[in-house]
Amino acid sequence: MSEIIVVTSGKGGVGKTTSSASLAVGFARRGKKTAVVDFDIGLRNLDLIMGCERRVVYDFVNVINGDCALKQALIRDKRFDNLSVLAASQTKDKDALTQEGVERVLNDLRQEFDIVLCDSPAGIERGAFYAMYFADRAVVVVNPEVSSVRDSDRVLGIMASKSKRAESGQAPIKEHLLLTRYSPERVERGEMMSVADVEEILGIKVIGVIPEAGEVLAASNSGVPVILDEASDAGQAYEDAIARLLGEERPMRFLEPKKKGFFQRLFGGS
Amino acid sequence: MGLFDFFKTRKPATAKLAKERLLIIVAQERSANSAPDYLPTLKRELLEVIRKYVNVDPDAVNVHVEREGDQEVLELSVTLPDK
Repeated sequence: MSEIIVVTSGKGGVGKTTSSASLAVGFARRGKKTAVVDFDIGLRNLDLIMGCERRVVYDFVNVINGDCALKQALIRDKRFDNLSVLAASQTKDKDALTQEGVERVLNDLRQEFDIVLCDSPAGIERGAFYAMYFADRAVVVVNPEVSSVRDSDRVLGIMASKSKRAESGQAPIKEHLLLTRYSPERVERGEMMSVADVEEILGIKVIGVIPEAGEVLAASNSGVPVILDEASDAGQAYEDAIARLLGEERPMRFLEPKKKGFFQRLFGGS
Repeated sequence: MGLFDFFKTRKPATAKLAKERLLIIVAQERSANSAPDYLPTLKRELLEVIRKYVNVDPDAVNVHVEREGDQEVLELSVTLPDK
């Protein structure tokens, strides 16, 4: 059974594309045939995070318009041959995505892949709407910060009432929260909302908590999704999230502040 | 806490405040979004009818839908002006 999973958030800059890239690699590494689709028409970026920006020939809108076959537009990942990327178009045409077009491409992808990940743009406009409309499951990326949490709730509300599943009376989209840019130190100092706080406000459990870490920027800099940095906390946290998304039980990690050394304690700093 | 942190002024813990504010606004927005689309129009038209007979303020008419189990209750209240 193939599954369409949307990675969304409402607010921009919370880590949707970073998360989409790592989740896509994580699923592929677990043997799932995976396609990841960039819905951010006009602002293509998933290709950069995946490290395949120089291999983009055709894009999502080309496929919708019939300029090329789906196969020609799919970029096969160099690390995992069961992983493909469909890049967003750089067009400025706001009407480039049509419901029929998106549905046709997603249905074709469903035939080929076990998992179709839709990387949503920020906002609740057309691109974001179509990214979630056909989804079976949703990963809502949220930062422990007021505007991100509020926007997530809006997006959850829209999915519950306006998605295809909602409109056709099917079982609702299965929702998961992915808490990113989490800083246990700041939570401990009372400066940042905790996992439990965010869960209580939004009324859903988190599927993963990704700590704020320098490795995430290093990973985007080099076009290697951070999940492949197995030494990093963030990479391991994404791998945990993948396991949970696949139905495995995993205890949450990286929720406690790192133990500080003697000198660090003496001189402060975090 | 480090030795030198002792001399720093302690920042207030604002996470609690963030959570309290969010709990309120999220609940408010959820109930506003789950209300039927016809509610604002209904309210406006009711006001017009009432104003034919009594001169009331625009905010004297209160309309809202409440869910009790699988039943929905449309609640209407009109505050009449003092005589």
